[in-house]
Amino acid sequence: MSEAVLGLPPLGPLRLGLLGSPNSGKTTLFNALTGLRARVGNYPGVTVERREGSLVIDDRPMVVMDLPGIYSLDPLSPDEAVVTRVLAGELADRPDALIVVADACSLERSLLLVAQVLRRNLPTCLVLTMTDELHARGGRLDLPRLERALGVPVCGVVGHRGLGMGELRALLGRPEAWSRPPILPPEDAVERAAWADSVLSSVVEQRPGVSRFTEAVDRIVLHPALGIALFAVVMVTFFQLIFAWATPAMDAIDAGLGSAGRAVHGLLPAGLLADFVSDGLFAGLGAVLIFVPQITLLFALLYLLEDVGYMARAAFVIDRVMGRIGLEGRSFVSLLSSYACAVPGIMATRTIPSPRNRLVTILVAPLMTCSARLPIYALLIGAFVPVVPVLGPLGLQGLVLLGLYVLGAASALAVAALLKRTVLPGEGLPFYMELPPYRVPTVRLWLGQIWGSVSSFLRRAGSIILLANVLLWALLNFPRVEPPSGATPAEASRYAVEKSLAGRAGHAIEPLIAPLGFDWKIGAGLLGSLAAREVIVSTLAQIYSSTEGEHSLRRAVREDRDPRTGRLVFTPATVAALLVFFVFALQCLSTIAVMRRETNSWRWPAFAFTYLLVLAYTASFATQRVVGALFGSA
Amino acid sequence: MSSLPDDPLAPGAPVPLAQLAPGSRAVIASVDLECGIGRRLLDLGFVPATVVSVLRRAPLGDPISYEIRGTRICLRRSEAARILVHPDRNEAGA
Repeated sequence: MSEAVLGLPPLGPLRLGLLGSPNSGKTTLFNALTGLRARVGNYPGVTVERREGSLVIDDRPMVVMDLPGIYSLDPLSPDEAVVTRVLAGELADRPDALIVVADACSLERSLLLVAQVLRRNLPTCLVLTMTDELHARGGRLDLPRLERALGVPVCGVVGHRGLGMGELRALLGRPEAWSRPPILPPEDAVERAAWADSVLSSVVEQRPGVSRFTEAVDRIVLHPALGIALFAVVMVTFFQLIFAWATPAMDAIDAGLGSAGRAVHGLLPAGLLADFVSDGLFAGLGAVLIFVPQITLLFALLYLLEDVGYMARAAFVIDRVMGRIGLEGRSFVSLLSSYACAVPGIMATRTIPSPRNRLVTILVAPLMTCSARLPIYALLIGAFVPVVPVLGPLGLQGLVLLGLYVLGAASALAVAALLKRTVLPGEGLPFYMELPPYRVPTVRLWLGQIWGSVSSFLRRAGSIILLANVLLWALLNFPRVEPPSGATPAEASRYAVEKSLAGRAGHAIEPLIAPLGFDWKIGAGLLGSLAAREVIVSTLAQIYSSTEGEHSLRRAVREDRDPRTGRLVFTPATVAALLVFFVFALQCLSTIAVMRRETNSWRWPAFAFTYLLVLAYTASFATQRVVGALFGSA
Repeated sequence: MSSLPDDPLAPGAPVPLAQLAPGSRAVIASVDLECGIGRRLLDLGFVPATVVSVLRRAPLGDPISYEIRGTRICLRRSEAARILVHPDRNEAGA
């Protein structure tokens, strides 16, 4: 800043700002310039990702800042304002020069943004991408004339094939020498369009026709009947990918880390350290790595369809349904993925252009019934809901499970509609979406996108998940107490949990959860389940000392009685209340960590945890009363 | 590529873009600038005097995709209702 004020050349590397509309080929060009070595971070206070990469041209070090894709320098939201604030030097070091990226086939529209950028009075050059596609569609542009008409250097490239990159690098090496426009384009929108038209009329030798190929494919992909069928097939594939096809890899990671933990446990002297390494550290590591198959597969398909051009069409097909609840088409994939797991689901919101809709989607994603809820649902339904046929193959147990799924999804939609009206009000951004031409994706870019998502999860959410798991292990294992003399191993195990910090905390919160019908054992289980929801089953197993699998645990919870009153602990009302509690409560530190990572603040995960806890408690309390009244005494 | 708003080919009162059927073409007459969306529509190329074609409706009826300044943009009815156009009679009637 101070150097700029004094008019001195900037110290350190030259900073180039890469700017362009979505689908302009900006990211491909960024990768072609910098390789795949982008540094990823966040701008303070907004959810927008900050990407920078470095390169050296003629021994001159440079930093390329990949600015978020925008259609205008006239921002409508704080997230959109990132680009204007960067250009003003408010958020990061002000770029020394700007590279505007525009798709050669849609120059007619792109020039509207170019006009706004030129008015910023920074050294600017224009890079036209997809020049191969322009030629294929019969279009021809006179680049030297375009340079003269705009007054700034223009360079045509085919980013993914590296064509024109040599010239571009030579150009980028000396921004001081770039020509500046003698007269700035007009500011008024209508005059700006007229300016763009006059520039175009002097440089376009042949207008590209609309892409006939894209038009032909759209006729099928967006066909009233076929379009919906294709959409259904794609969404079922997404669901299967995360729900079923990721399972073998997840099981392998689980088993691998489990046996590695046991092996290390055997090598270490028996005691606290060995327990910590196998049950704390390795289990925590497993809790992080277990998400990698789902995230990899989800993003492989998501980015493939995005790069091809289908994701915008999928959003176009389903937008009407999502629009009813105040969201947009792109929220659908995220919410659907959250049925398997909210972690990849929340990460999938990155493709939602409207920051406000993205935030609402993130906040309601935990309500979709994820697969980690199944073990506790299975335990409670298996133990307490009788096997009664209701309708054909559908039994009462299945109906209860279905009811829990429906309750979760319906609540997600209701909360989304409510959040749009209350916490995140305002007119917000209008809905508009570009349907890009279909394109053959670049494998290198695709792999880079997948790796970017996985590595950012591992680095920025993984560390929190690992720490939280180690902490929870400590809560369940400290302080170490000697079991009473003559206790069987089963009694000792139960005693250890009861006297641990988690057990004590379970006792401490008992007055709070007693209205729901929960005792200290369920309380300790709820605390343990923060590591992952299914952990409540293993915590309960430890408390009930049930080592012989699920059947003995089912029997144990069915027969457990309060030692003071002699009443059953798990009454129908308590079971129903506990099931409902799990429908709502955000009992998942991994989700919280990913929310923190995706929204770049603790504010939203704290909000989500609180509102879901209030919802869980209220619904659980109401369920306890209603079911208690139906079944007699609670 | 563009004609004036008061082009003799497109006389009469302008109609909302949302009312046009797929396959029709029109010249934009005005954009409602009362709210933030109007400014953004201008940035996307929905500028008075520009030609817009209606491509297709989504399978569920909304949104609708348009071709404008060399790109395909889709808008919901509520957004498209803020743009007034002069239908191109030669094309629309054909």
